Amino acid sequence: VNKQGQTRLSQYYNNLSIEEKTILEGELIRKCLSRVDYQCSFLQFREYKIIYRRYASLYLIVGVINQDVNEFAILEMIHNIIEILDKYYENVCELDIMFNIDRTHFIINEIICNGEIIDMNKTNVLKPILLMDKFSVKT
Amino acid sequence: MSDIVEKTLTALPGLFLQNQLGGGPAAAKASFSSRLGSLVRGITALTSKHEEEKLIQQELSSLKATVSAPTTTLKMMKECMVRLIYCEMLGYDASFGYIHAIKLAQQGNLLEKRVGYLAVSLFLHESHELLLLLVNTVVKDLQSTNLVEVCMALTVVSQIFPREMIPAVLPLIEDKLQHSKEIIRRKAVLALYKFHLIAPNQVQHIHIKFRKALCDRDVGVMAASLHIYLRMIKENSSGYKDLTGSFVTILKQVVGGKLPVDFNYHSVPAPWLQIQLLRILGLLGKDDQRTSELMYDVLDESLRRAELNHNVTYAILFECVHTVYSIYPKSELLEKAAKCIGKFVLSPKINLKYLGLKALTYVIQQDPTLALQHQMTIIECLDHPDPIIKRETLELLYRITNAQNVTVIVQKMLEYLHQSKEEYVIVNLVGKIAELAEKYAPDNAWFIQTMNAVFSVGGDVMHPDIPNNFLRLLAEGFDDETEDQQLRLYAVQSYLTLLDMENVFYPQRFLQVMSWVLGEYSYLLDKETPAEVIAKLYKLLMNDSVSSETKTWLIAAVTKLTPQAHSSDTVERLIHEFTISLDTCMRQHAFELKHLHENVELMKSLLPVDRSCEDLAVDASLSFLDGFVAEGLSQGAAPYKPHHQRQEEKLSQEKVLNFEPYGLSFSSSGFTGRQSPAGISLGSDISGNSAETGLKETNSLKLEGIKKLWGKEGYLPKKESKTGNESGALPIPQESIMENVDQAITKKDQSQVLTQSKEEKEKQLLASSLFVGLGSESTVNLVTEQPGCCLPIMEAESTKSFQYSVQIEEPFTEGILSGFISYHMMDTHSAQLEFSVNLSLLDFIRPLKISSEDFGKLWLSFANDVKQNVKMSESQAALPSALKTLQQKLRLHIIEIIGNEGLLACQLLPSIPCLLHCRVYADVLALWFRSSCSTLPDYLLYQCQKVMEGS
Repeated sequence: VNKQGQTRLSQYYNNLSIEEKTILEGELIRKCLSRVDYQCSFLQFREYKIIYRRYASLYLIVGVINQDVNEFAILEMIHNIIEILDKYYENVCELDIMFNIDRTHFIINEIICNGEIIDMNKTNVLKPILLMDKFSVKT
Repeated sequence: MSDIVEKTLTALPGLFLQNQLGGGPAAAKASFSSRLGSLVRGITALTSKHEEEKLIQQELSSLKATVSAPTTTLKMMKECMVRLIYCEMLGYDASFGYIHAIKLAQQGNLLEKRVGYLAVSLFLHESHELLLLLVNTVVKDLQSTNLVEVCMALTVVSQIFPREMIPAVLPLIEDKLQHSKEIIRRKAVLALYKFHLIAPNQVQHIHIKFRKALCDRDVGVMAASLHIYLRMIKENSSGYKDLTGSFVTILKQVVGGKLPVDFNYHSVPAPWLQIQLLRILGLLGKDDQRTSELMYDVLDESLRRAELNHNVTYAILFECVHTVYSIYPKSELLEKAAKCIGKFVLSPKINLKYLGLKALTYVIQQDPTLALQHQMTIIECLDHPDPIIKRETLELLYRITNAQNVTVIVQKMLEYLHQSKEEYVIVNLVGKIAELAEKYAPDNAWFIQTMNAVFSVGGDVMHPDIPNNFLRLLAEGFDDETEDQQLRLYAVQSYLTLLDMENVFYPQRFLQVMSWVLGEYSYLLDKETPAEVIAKLYKLLMNDSVSSETKTWLIAAVTKLTPQAHSSDTVERLIHEFTISLDTCMRQHAFELKHLHENVELMKSLLPVDRSCEDLAVDASLSFLDGFVAEGLSQGAAPYKPHHQRQEEKLSQEKVLNFEPYGLSFSSSGFTGRQSPAGISLGSDISGNSAETGLKETNSLKLEGIKKLWGKEGYLPKKESKTGNESGALPIPQESIMENVDQAITKKDQSQVLTQSKEEKEKQLLASSLFVGLGSESTVNLVTEQPGCCLPIMEAESTKSFQYSVQIEEPFTEGILSGFISYHMMDTHSAQLEFSVNLSLLDFIRPLKISSEDFGKLWLSFANDVKQNVKMSESQAALPSALKTLQQKLRLHIIEIIGNEGLLACQLLPSIPCLLHCRVYADVLALWFRSSCSTLPDYLLYQCQKVMEGS
């Protein structure tokens, strides 16, 4: 989500209808954008624990339904995602995510599956997409 | 080396794009690939939601045309799919593209396929029907020799897969566990994890393979298997204790930095893996000293190693602390963990403070002293500008609340509550406050005021248990009766004050609570009369903002108060207003009130003061019988019977109250008086109703009992039950008694026999059904004078028999039929003979011979049912013997016995059926009656109980 409140990329691991998603995102974004620096990076929103992190104009927001979540682990996961994207796109920025929405999805699919962190190893995460890119070039 | 490869690879997307732009029909492709770009740019440039909508609708319709056009190439389709994903992400329905996503996954080359899969995983959900179409593609790709295709298929399986199709791919995926490439093995494990999530029983047989995965030489595969283990251990920790050693070893290796370097994150070795392992250990070591001992060392090491000041080490530390406090305690570790928490809490960094508070919340129940050490910080956090921190602090306080500090803590919580607007927070907090208030309330005033606050803020969003618990608490009270009364009185007073305030709106739930309390406990007031309370309730009733559900609560309260009020202008006004209400429910209540109001005595006994609790006990079984009262088994009031029952009773009451005195049907049949010396018998059938042959047996049965009574006098009143249908008779059972006056008196006088029968009047019967459990003794008989009937003059030494029928209109337990016969002898004065006969319900019960099938049909058609468990005495512990008892004593017909269940049926004369379903377990007989009559089951149940207990 960027600072203007526009969603750039979203993935859900539970089943919500499009309308529910829109409403949820709208409320959530407003809440996150209204946070100020001295406040902590965690929120309670409806039944979700929200962990967010801001990168320049971009907010990365993660909602977890499980109440005994380790917030710091999620916080660092966000950072790791950014690092991985950074590695792939070389100096990632909002535009990279926007214009390569499919690729970004692929990468995140390698990191999170069914709402759980499955892999954080940069090499492992990027391997499938790199392989794919390689094959695509060949053909 | 790997660095170089990566560099090249990262450059690839750029190359790829160029390649795309460069090759083939470049123009078309270029236009497509930039279409997403222009779409994104277009949206970004827009300022209003409205414009965005317009643009996207435009985009969607052009996409719709493109995807369904046959000329669209797969490459174009891929572009379209990406744009569809984008549109749907922004909240616009793109369902027309779903099927094309599946097609793309099926037909495309690698990248197109991947996009197809991605679109499927984003668009569809687990139970979407289109997902089935994907299965074939997945199977094909799983068998592909292309590593990337297999990878893709496994990825999509681990994201989304229809449960019922698991068997189709399971063997393929199991094979992949042995694949030479670790990436495939890893993904296969994840796919199996998905299966475990959606259908755990389908993967049970491969648990052994999970163990293999846990020992895989590749860290990634092992890490993937941890997900499965975490889940399984969460469900059942005892089954995996043997793996504790392995987990400890793995953690030791991870902590010791034995993993490949690329697992490091900011030079911390595989932090998420550590966290995962710590969680597993925490679950395994919970309440298990032996298992816990295995992990002390590694935990100590983890705590020691994670000294770096980085967020991710805090995450590990937090997990360590959590684990240390969940496993069997070890003092050294606890000490270290406590120190760690201290560091968090005292940190100036807001996130760390949060983490510290959270950790404190975890440990506080085990070690409250820790809270004391940090009490100043906690107090600071309580006034922290960030509401999240505040909330977390309150959570912490909630855990350490006790009787001494409850006032302060609840005070703080209420403050927070007043500021928060979000429903989830309110519901959550209100629940906690209510819980604390109930548990630790220091005094009545505080309790009521706190609950008032809870009700007015929590209002209609809070959990319904809260008002229910509160009312129960009030009604049941504590051990001390005077204390309870004070509490109730205080509640009443406080509500009256609240209601006095002008222009204040209370949530409906709160009003409901108020009206119940006022209805129930207003009698405790000495200053204010019930009439004044009624006036207040009336004012609320006339308020438009009050919902109709609340209004029924209010009317119920008024109804309860009416018997206590002397002047009842308001009540009359209320009745007047609401009997014409458009709301049927309200009208019903108003009519009930109206009818009760007309009969004050009835009302008083119906609505006794302060009986709510007793009623609760009775209500559960629904087996009210006056007999119960006599036995002192139950005592209670009817007012809180469920509405439907009350209504039913009330309806039957109305019917009865309007009922005309019986028309009697006379019938006399030829009968030979056995004791008559003359032996002449005259018979005339007055009623013209023929007695059912099946009922004749009763005749003699009764005769015997009565003969004893009257034998001396020479009168042998005999009664016979028969169906006497009067003209225009209601479908109400009739008890017909044939009085057989055996004229043994050989005087020549004409005897005029005037029989006056006292009959059970339905009213008391109704009353007894209404007020069962109210405290009255068994049925009060109201006596109706029946017009005497003149029997024809008889000749001397003749015998005459008369039949007289008595109807039973409502079931009852016992009644007395009494009367007298006055006669004139020819030469003497008139004389009078009195008689009375005891009748019980059983006299009117006959077996009902029906088939099991009919039973089933009837069973479903009957609405009135009563259930009760009856203890059986030793002698009839088996079902058949128990049923036999019922058959003999109650004349129930046994239809069938199936295993430990039995079906019985009977009818109340003339034709009210009652069905009984019995089931035996151990020495308990579960009786379940159903009948078309609302009260019959109750009476029968009572009889059954008597029979079962008596023998």
